[in-house]
Amino acid sequence: MGAPFLIGEKMTGGYGAADILHDCTIAVEKGEIAVIVGPNGAGKSTAMKAVFGMLTLRHGQVRLDGEDITAFSPQARVAKGMAFVPQTDNVFLSMSVEENLEMGAFLRRDDIRPTMARIYDLFPVLKEKRRQAAGELSGGQRQQVAVGRALMTQPKVLMLDEPTAGVSPIVMDELFDRIIEISRTGISILMVEQNARQALNIADKGYVLVQGANRYTDTGEALLADPDVRKTFLGG
Amino acid sequence: MNILDAIVVLLNYVIIPATSYGAQLALGALGVTLIYGILRFSNFAHGDTMAFGTAVTILITWAFQAAGITFGPLPTALLALPLGIAVTALVLLFTDRAVYRFYRRKKAAPVILVIVSMGVMFVMNGLTRLIIGVQDQNFADGQRFIINAFQFRKMTGLAQGLALRTTSVITLLTAIIVVAALFWFLNHTRTGKSMRAFADNEDLALLSGINPERVVTVTWLLVAGLATTAGVLYGLDKSFMPFTYFQLLLPIFAAAVVGGLGNPLGAIVGGFVVAFSEVMSTYAWRMVAAYVLPRSLVPGGLMQLLTTDYKFAVSFAILVAVLLFKPTGIFKGKSV
Ligand SMILES: Nc1ncnc2c1ncn2[C@@H]1O[C@H](COP(=O)(O)OP(=O)(O)OP(=O)(O)O)[C@@H](O)[C@H]1O
Ligand SMILES: [Mg+2]
Repeated sequence: MGAPFLIGEKMTGGYGAADILHDCTIAVEKGEIAVIVGPNGAGKSTAMKAVFGMLTLRHGQVRLDGEDITAFSPQARVAKGMAFVPQTDNVFLSMSVEENLEMGAFLRRDDIRPTMARIYDLFPVLKEKRRQAAGELSGGQRQQVAVGRALMTQPKVLMLDEPTAGVSPIVMDELFDRIIEISRTGISILMVEQNARQALNIADKGYVLVQGANRYTDTGEALLADPDVRKTFLGG
Repeated sequence: MNILDAIVVLLNYVIIPATSYGAQLALGALGVTLIYGILRFSNFAHGDTMAFGTAVTILITWAFQAAGITFGPLPTALLALPLGIAVTALVLLFTDRAVYRFYRRKKAAPVILVIVSMGVMFVMNGLTRLIIGVQDQNFADGQRFIINAFQFRKMTGLAQGLALRTTSVITLLTAIIVVAALFWFLNHTRTGKSMRAFADNEDLALLSGINPERVVTVTWLLVAGLATTAGVLYGLDKSFMPFTYFQLLLPIFAAAVVGGLGNPLGAIVGGFVVAFSEVMSTYAWRMVAAYVLPRSLVPGGLMQLLTTDYKFAVSFAILVAVLLFKPTGIFKGKSV
């Protein structure tokens, strides 16, 4: 295996004086799914923001396809083929579903209709509701809009922060299926999940973060099998 | 009893003036609401921006008139308006680069920006007085009336004559065109949609690759257009005096807040709500009453709620009431 496609390596930093992340490393290989789990407040979202350049790092490096992008702005990372769905406020509430998708493609100058059609194939309910304001949709539908918006840039790597937060179990399974489908198209996926067991099930690689540091790192399968991980993080 | 005469009186003294005034307030409030939505502060310099834009337009109008250029039956000021807007746009962009951008970079709190805008207000105010003076300027030319009271009386035989001034019609038509163009821009162009996205969720707009500086620049350009147009229409309809424009700040903010700050549709509705409230509560209803009520029931007083000296109290009362009972306004803008 060569160098990972996207890696945040030995990241140290936080929002102000105090560091939240301590030498934290997360990475994803090309076309694979990497999952970050850990207790509330572990710094999972912070690690994602750091990888996306929304946080200044005191130490560490972010590399995309071998290139050092640590100093890049989030917009520059979008242009480089990265897309991010934040944990909260991840849709334009007052805009229609279709406009949300258009905004995702803001940097593109080519024909965006084929991409939009593909997203409507992936999430048929969005096509039905494309003229409706995103703020009027259910939680699960909003998450689909959020993922759809991120996919509009035709990213090489998609970062998702708790895409299944606040949705019903049925919708959650449905979303996991869609995420697998997206990854099959060759897009690398780096995702934070609360539903650790299910997420690790579909993960090629898993990271358990505790207090801003890596506690366990292994394949999804191995983490699920590890008795320590099971006891402390998966509820037995 | 004479219903027709009552209607004519109502049109003359309430409906027509309140509609023109409402349209002017709506355009002013649209500027305030755009700045609030995109730059996230209440711009106290807006009244003086209107005054500045109008002053420039008046100077250009005078130059046109001196050169013998007129607009036929329409006011020459309409010809000068695009140039006035261009000059105002340059001044606003300069202000943004020189003043607001510094605070934007520092991510200053909205209340700091409000105070900064007061500083800008004083400078704009001084600038306007310096270039055109403090006196009243009347710059309306062209045909004064579309229907005048005398002709109307002769035509209809009614006791009351309907007067429809050119400026009233121009105000309404211009406002309709400007508002339609603005909404088309916001809803159907890439740049317009990116402005709405930025207003809705700044962080997500950044994550989508929207350039905030470009959004801000376009906003100031639109604000220059809206403020100058609103100011020129108000000046044509009444007259131009810098101090009056400063005072307009209150009804304009009331309009923007009533409709819901940050919501363009709300700004328009708010403009008319404030204008009608103001005109209706300062109008002496006795003449209308005299036409519709039997003589024995017509009261002796003027039936005027407030004298016109207190018209600003109406905006103030509306503002306070909305902030107390429904801070997000009619159309669920952002709470202040
Ligand atoms: N914008 C912020 N400014 C300052 N501190 C923050 C900010 N966001 C998060 N924190 C702090 O950083 C720490 C890590 O938070 P983070 O959101 O990364 O955790 P998380 O693992 O994503 O938790 P959750 O599972 O609840 O999403 C917490 O102590 C939190 O209080
Ligand atoms: Mg989180």
